Amino acid sequence: MTDITLPAALRDVEPVRSIRTPARLDYTFTAGAATSRFLRGIAERKILGERCGTCGKVILPPRGSCPIDGVPTTEQVELPDHGIVTTYCVVNVKFSGSAMELPYVCATVLPDGADMGLFGMIQEIPFDQIRMGMRVEAVWVPDDELTTDLASIRWWRPTGEPDAAYESYREHV
Amino acid sequence: MPDAKILSAPLVLEYPFSRTVGPVQGAFLTGLREGVVLGVRGVDGRVLCPPVEYDPVTSDELSELVELGEEGTVTTWAWEPAPRPSQPLDHPFAWALVRLDGADTGLLHALDAGSPDRVRTGMRVRIRWAAEREGAIADIACFEPAEDA
Repeated sequence: MTDITLPAALRDVEPVRSIRTPARLDYTFTAGAATSRFLRGIAERKILGERCGTCGKVILPPRGSCPIDGVPTTEQVELPDHGIVTTYCVVNVKFSGSAMELPYVCATVLPDGADMGLFGMIQEIPFDQIRMGMRVEAVWVPDDELTTDLASIRWWRPTGEPDAAYESYREHV
Repeated sequence: MPDAKILSAPLVLEYPFSRTVGPVQGAFLTGLREGVVLGVRGVDGRVLCPPVEYDPVTSDELSELVELGEEGTVTTWAWEPAPRPSQPLDHPFAWALVRLDGADTGLLHALDAGSPDRVRTGMRVRIRWAAEREGAIADIACFEPAEDA
């Protein structure tokens, strides 16, 4: 690298080596009719999927149509707040706004009876003991903190039941 | 299924990037923090501001930093009637290319001129320094007219 000759006034000061260049996008997210129904259920500790009348799959979170058949979903299905971890990742990098202690685990949780999983975090178990097929249940925030936000499910924790066999959820990985 | 009111909520995506700036831009930004504007001399002798690490024509590494004046000349401009929150000024201003005294190229920045009637190519402007400077382009708060109106 070529030597840079600085003007006298700058020779004895701490040089600037990096700059902050944040990129910020301000959106208003509109949930749509089906996801609004789902989020109102969440505020009542209910997980509401919607069934496709053509293929019979229960879409979660519902978007109002079936992504396979492209037809409107026709039946609301209340699902239990327990299910299995179908896939997960260990998060080792802190990002702004997150108060989670590292490392922690993000997972896709498939409630029993659903054909699509919800995004969530797994807690109350060491991160290196989490596995695909592990049975988990939702840990909800206290009643007075429930809102129309998936954050009303604080995280998921193991139930201690035997793991589901891979064959039972291979369609959902 | 009856449709209740549709929910909406603010959603902010923010990526807290930072990047290293290298020796030449680093010197330029250090200068801004200390209240000095630097250009760099290119292979053809022209002084480029903002300075670059490599010559734009020959790609040679450049290293001769040149101290520039705090006044300059507007070479082109465009009026900004509705500034966004992240822009340098919270009221309408001109985006201007300013060729600082001692430089041969233009530095893009805000010009606090009040109205587009008071901006013209060739007008003289001067730097208004930010009260608190940290080594960033915003250390120049903006330019302001240097001539009597």
